[in-house]
Amino acid sequence: MTESKTMIVIGAGHNGLVCATYLAKAGHKVKIFEARSTAGGGVSRHQFATDYYVAGLAHVLHPLNPKIVKELDLVGAGLKKGEAINTISLGHDGRHMTLGMDHVEATGLSVEDAAAYKAFKKEFRSYAKALEPMTMNKPPRLKDMDGKDKLTLAQLGLKLRFGLGAASMREFLRVGGINIYDVLNEIIDDPQLKGAIAADAVLGHHMGPRTPTTVLTYLNRLRGEIYGPQSLPTAGEGNLTMALINAATKAGVEIMTDAKVEKIIIKDAKATGVQLNSGQEYLADMVISNADAKKTFLGFVGSQELDAMFAKRIDTTRTNGTVAKLHFALKKLPNFKGLTEIELKQRLLIAPDMRYLEHAFNHAKYGEYSENPLLEITVPSLADPSLAPKGHHVMSVSAGFAPYNLKAGWDKSSSVFCHKILSLIENYAPGISAQVVASEILTPQDIEQQFNVTGGHWHHGELTIDQSFMMRPIHGAAQYDTPIDGLFLCGAAAHPGGGITGIPGHNAAKRILAMKGGN
Amino acid sequence: MEKHDFNQVLQLSPFHERIDTLGLMKNWTSWNGYQTARIFDTLAAEYFTIRSSCSVMDMTPMEKYRITGPDAVTFLNRLVTRDISKLKPGRVTYVVWCNDDGRVLDDGTIFHLGEDGYRLCSQHHQLDWLMISSLGMDVSIEHETHDIAALSVQGPTAYSVLAAAGFTKLDTLKPFGILNTQLNGFDVMISRTGFTGDLGYEVWVDPRHALDLWDAIFEVKQRGLYDVRPIGLDALEMVRIEAGFIMPGDDFNTAETTIRAGRDRSPFELGLDWVVSFDKPYFTGRRALLKEKTEPIKRRLVKLLVEGNKSPTDSFLYDGKNGQRIGAIKSNVWSPILKSNLTMADIEFIKGELPKEIWAEIYYQKELEWKSTWAKCSVSDLPFWSHPRRSQTPPDQF
Repeated sequence: MTESKTMIVIGAGHNGLVCATYLAKAGHKVKIFEARSTAGGGVSRHQFATDYYVAGLAHVLHPLNPKIVKELDLVGAGLKKGEAINTISLGHDGRHMTLGMDHVEATGLSVEDAAAYKAFKKEFRSYAKALEPMTMNKPPRLKDMDGKDKLTLAQLGLKLRFGLGAASMREFLRVGGINIYDVLNEIIDDPQLKGAIAADAVLGHHMGPRTPTTVLTYLNRLRGEIYGPQSLPTAGEGNLTMALINAATKAGVEIMTDAKVEKIIIKDAKATGVQLNSGQEYLADMVISNADAKKTFLGFVGSQELDAMFAKRIDTTRTNGTVAKLHFALKKLPNFKGLTEIELKQRLLIAPDMRYLEHAFNHAKYGEYSENPLLEITVPSLADPSLAPKGHHVMSVSAGFAPYNLKAGWDKSSSVFCHKILSLIENYAPGISAQVVASEILTPQDIEQQFNVTGGHWHHGELTIDQSFMMRPIHGAAQYDTPIDGLFLCGAAAHPGGGITGIPGHNAAKRILAMKGGN
Repeated sequence: MEKHDFNQVLQLSPFHERIDTLGLMKNWTSWNGYQTARIFDTLAAEYFTIRSSCSVMDMTPMEKYRITGPDAVTFLNRLVTRDISKLKPGRVTYVVWCNDDGRVLDDGTIFHLGEDGYRLCSQHHQLDWLMISSLGMDVSIEHETHDIAALSVQGPTAYSVLAAAGFTKLDTLKPFGILNTQLNGFDVMISRTGFTGDLGYEVWVDPRHALDLWDAIFEVKQRGLYDVRPIGLDALEMVRIEAGFIMPGDDFNTAETTIRAGRDRSPFELGLDWVVSFDKPYFTGRRALLKEKTEPIKRRLVKLLVEGNKSPTDSFLYDGKNGQRIGAIKSNVWSPILKSNLTMADIEFIKGELPKEIWAEIYYQKELEWKSTWAKCSVSDLPFWSHPRRSQTPPDQF
């Protein structure tokens, strides 16, 4: 660190907050501009009806990367560990299956399958661990590597070869690029167990279990488990966003909400500040965008400031979301057949088998919503009673697949889809429809509008191999710096992608701080 | 839908009827998919028509695009290396454009047609690159190659011939200027542009009036006033080297068709520094070119005069007799009017400097027996051929 610079971060989502805090701690003067009226993005309290809230778009969290938690002293900033929860896959016939990090229970589940699940999770978590050097650093360039890139590759090689051992490494190389369907069929018999695992590989992506790279998306999801068990976020004391805001503020970051960035000011091919939609301009030495790549380059910068093919390649990245988010206000706690109140606090899945998921995805391929969707259900008010009036509850549902571009148009279809989902849940929780006092459906188009994410995509862009690592979002902008001097990416559009991890924000900050003269 | 005639592989120009009659050699080639004459009767006669009287060439196959819309200037300025915002209505300018890495994709001309937008002419098909470059801009790009017929009328008497054919107001038309006029009731656009380094015009009409235009020009010959002859591509190739115009695809590999690293060229490596402006809004390749500018130049396409009369086609170049190889001849012509060997040559620079001596090793045959010789070369900064009448306004009346 030679001199203190002024830096602007666009977007106070968790990655923006993480990045800004690192930069401010290093002595820079950092200001975050957030378009919404609250910081936190997808992890902030969201009101969907009078007196009814959810804790965020993200309704199940894994802990943030522990290195980030420690370095930013988030515990000191008030972060509290959430209560660990399991996943319960709901069976048609009341056969509910409970999946923990290492164990699985269900009526009639074979001893072999239970053992296979344990071994599978252990093996795959070790793959996810082996990828950590790659995850926590800027992805190495293939041309003109610097020392850091060589070190990252060396660490990755060591972790893969000696961390995993020869047999595991061979297996990892075999399955790394293939699909979760084939892998699970090799080792597990129980269809419901396979469905529950595969759901984690496809939800949030434009992929069915048979789509290549679903092993990679599964490993991405599994990364969170290295850091600890999943939990339901709360909007109350100790929540993640509050801790991030506290840490940022303590480090000297200034957070401006209701401050929508209209464009990034470019002077002589260098980013020199931002202009808000109010017309007001703010100048800075650097601009760091937590927005997705399309919004950053084609929206804020504009194609005329970019090389033609670069702009075209950004434009052709796949960023259409596939998940709808639904929120229901309930008069009382719903009654799911065969589930106790404690079990209702877990993450519930409707993903009966892999064939079901593949069929659900088929619709998305043709611009239709799933006739029988994949559902991830939580009851957030059980973890945080402040989200609903006393005695009332809220239910939060992520529903796949709901393609961004719906053939029939979402205007006409969203309420039909919402009704379809409630009817599906009704099979498992008879009488729930009558308890609904208010509801909301956020299609990917709504998420795009309300949360300023192009395509409403969970990950700011598909996590396919061609959009991962040194190609995320595209090569030429994959190391957090961009062709525009003084402009950086720090969000999910950058490596290693989405999820509530804080890693892109961490990596971007490290990259900015390591660059000579900050550039 | 119109039935396609599969016996007619190449497209016929709207001037074809006349060209077919006058093209005694039936020496056809494909230019941009059009059946085009290389030679009408004798190459030498066609060459001297350009240099001493009035030549007419069908340039309909030239790639043409119409650019309109609110962002037309922004689009063109982002596309090419030159500052297009300075181009006034009724004017034409020479341009090149590059890919992201600052390597030249093609060259051409931009016509400012006033309220009708811009016309971009290019050597090669560019629609896909234009579409890619239009992302995020309110601009319309129309491929109009087939919708406009054009004749290039070039030579010392070109002005006299066109005036005799009935075109008025040509006397005030300056080089790179555009004149909108009429002939026998149909619209004609005339630009004082060309590829010969001499006095000349390009005449643009609706294809429906193509033959009327042709006949009006050739009638001048029938009336016994001036000689007018059609010329083919081979004669044009001779005069364009004399005039020092580069030909993408012949003198250098265009970026789009280059696979191997280092085989494409930047504008600086083509000696086109004068069309690159860093003093304007961002254009594709600017970042790469700005970086290149800070480093010593590695190579340059030069106009090279080769001593002697042996044809140096494809010859290697050396920094001395039996010295280090430093380049090669890309295209060449024996100039009948200058009586010398003129070439375009790609030469490696040594530490950013042009080699002090340049020699060509020339292989040639005498009665099927191969021989070799050395010829001393010299770089010409100016075009080999450029006549003052090229820019004289009004041109002399013959």
